[in-house]
Amino acid sequence: MAIPHDNRAVVVRDLERRFGTFMAVNRISFEVNRGEIFGFLGPNGAGKSTTIRILCGILAPSGGTGSVAGFDIVREAEQIKTHIGYMSQKFSLYEDLTVEENLNFYAGIYNIPEARKKERKEWVIEMSGLQDHRLSRTALLSGGWKQRLALGCAILHEPPIIFLDEPTSGVDPISRRRFWDLIYELSGKGVTVFVTTHYMDEAEYCDRIGLIYRGALIALGTPESLKTEWMEEEILELHCDRPQEAMEEVEGLEGIKEVALFGKGLHVVTALEAHRISDSIQQRLKDQGFQVFRIEKIRPSLEDVFVSLIEARDREEASQQEVHQ
Amino acid sequence: MRLSRVWAMARKEYLHIFRDPRSLGMGIAIPMIMLILFGYALTLDVDKVPMVIWDQNRSQTSREFISHFLGSRYFALQGYVDSYQKVEQAIDERRALVAMVIPPDFAGRLSAGRTTPVQMIADGSDSNTATISLGYAEIIISAYSQQIAVKELQRQGARVMADPLDVRPRVWYNADLESRNYIIPGLIAVIMMVIAALLTSLTVAREWEQGTMEQLISTPIKTQELILGKLLPYFAIGLFDVLLAVLMGEFLFQVPLRGQPLLIFAQAAIFLIGTLSLGMLISIAAKNQLFASQVAMVATFLPAFLLSGFAYPIRSMPIVLQWITYIIPAKYFVTLLKGIYLKGVGPKVLAVEGLFLVFFAVIMFSLANKKFKKKLV
Repeated sequence: MAIPHDNRAVVVRDLERRFGTFMAVNRISFEVNRGEIFGFLGPNGAGKSTTIRILCGILAPSGGTGSVAGFDIVREAEQIKTHIGYMSQKFSLYEDLTVEENLNFYAGIYNIPEARKKERKEWVIEMSGLQDHRLSRTALLSGGWKQRLALGCAILHEPPIIFLDEPTSGVDPISRRRFWDLIYELSGKGVTVFVTTHYMDEAEYCDRIGLIYRGALIALGTPESLKTEWMEEEILELHCDRPQEAMEEVEGLEGIKEVALFGKGLHVVTALEAHRISDSIQQRLKDQGFQVFRIEKIRPSLEDVFVSLIEARDREEASQQEVHQ
Repeated sequence: MRLSRVWAMARKEYLHIFRDPRSLGMGIAIPMIMLILFGYALTLDVDKVPMVIWDQNRSQTSREFISHFLGSRYFALQGYVDSYQKVEQAIDERRALVAMVIPPDFAGRLSAGRTTPVQMIADGSDSNTATISLGYAEIIISAYSQQIAVKELQRQGARVMADPLDVRPRVWYNADLESRNYIIPGLIAVIMMVIAALLTSLTVAREWEQGTMEQLISTPIKTQELILGKLLPYFAIGLFDVLLAVLMGEFLFQVPLRGQPLLIFAQAAIFLIGTLSLGMLISIAAKNQLFASQVAMVATFLPAFLLSGFAYPIRSMPIVLQWITYIIPAKYFVTLLKGIYLKGVGPKVLAVEGLFLVFFAVIMFSLANKKFKKKLV
């Protein structure tokens, strides 16, 4: 078996996928290390599912190269399938079969030896909390249960790499929390987890994140590095009286990119250095009779970073289009 | 190929079928209903043809002549009429398909030894029945006139040789000329063709529609394991249908089974593999249950019904259609079943047809395997 000697579970170079003239994935490159939780973050239709399907060997790329578990994504797609577990975005177990029948089916398909099968099935049933529902048809299970069972079926054969495509969409917060506990548990055992999401809080749970937007990978790094290194602008948090009126005053100042209401205060995005703009804001508000309680530079949240990166991207494309015209 | 995967697939498919009353109904109830409906409705026999008679002579001679018709099983008298208007009315209302008009001087002309016309009117809108019933009438009438001729000659003192030629008809394989005897075996073939293709036409398309295929193709299952696993439960249902059909032929329709029942099942097994694979191929290509089932219906029912020779003889088709029948697998199965049922022939005589079925099964199974891709789009 072609297990690579290096530490990389997934390697992707210039990966491309077109559907007609639509570029779903546009020359993306990244690597995922073994045992890592890698988050693929982006809005709907950004190319997350397309990428994950290519990596699972169920969709052919239009260009570029890549490997998963050391196998080539074009030539060795079938070998990849024995080394991964995949949980698709839509619930895709058999609804007219019971919990146990679904598990038996996948145990058979993954060729799990009879001796090991019972133990694995019990593990999944316990992990998903379905002890009392073994004989229930899956159609009757709630969202959280379905999702844990789907994960269970995908990891029944203990694959070293798992791909989860928006596993927690449409699931209640408690189930989501439980689900992430499971992911941590797997990661702790050395399993590589590749997960797509559009929840910012989930992105924070990942070891590393890739941000994909309109088919392109526009940022890559740990949540920490994204917040500190990828954001060009700085952010000030401003607490004052009559914040809605104050917004208009602040927006008029030079060097201010955006002002938004955030809780009781305002978030001010600036391209200049924070301490310099801070003084001019205070000055302006005082002149206009506002009372400033507090103003300080804050660390951007992931959401701030992503919004800023996506807007920068949009501006870039808009200006490119103008050049073309 | 791993048998454990084939088995897991087959078991899952079996659960789908037995959980869903509709698929079970389609697999078992529909073929039986079709067999009963077609078996009773589709008779090509012409007997008890409804008939009216206008006897303008009303003599003892004419009544005696009429009794030859009444005594035959081919005609059923619906009543006497007394005008052409009434004859027309009876045929228009479909109370009668045939009318006989006896002239007023019937007895007189006969006794005078003159040729006597008897008019037969038939409803040509059903040309098959018209032709056959006119044929029956001619036989009855010519037997009657021969009888009169012989009597007349004897009366004149001639020595009469009873019949110069004596025809001794003997119909082989279906002595009573019961059309049911050859329709039922053919019908089993036609119904199995339609049902088998229809059953599997849903199975792959359903997984694409419900999104379960995406999960399935991300596993290491091999194409042939998937297809074989899906075929197995339908194969069992198909053989069960054949068993039911053979039992119905035996006890309900009382069709004589002269050959080896085991031979029927052996040929049915080969035929089923081909036809189930054809349905699977359609399902793989269509990826949509409704479309797949419609294609399966059209692709099997019409050719099997019209071009298999099960009821309509291939030899009287235009030559181009005759060529086409060679690619209709139901044709071979119909020939096989009729041969086993009516003639009781063995594998040696039927080897060519059997080989064609094997050929069909191999091609269809390979095509289904080739067509299936473990990829999206």
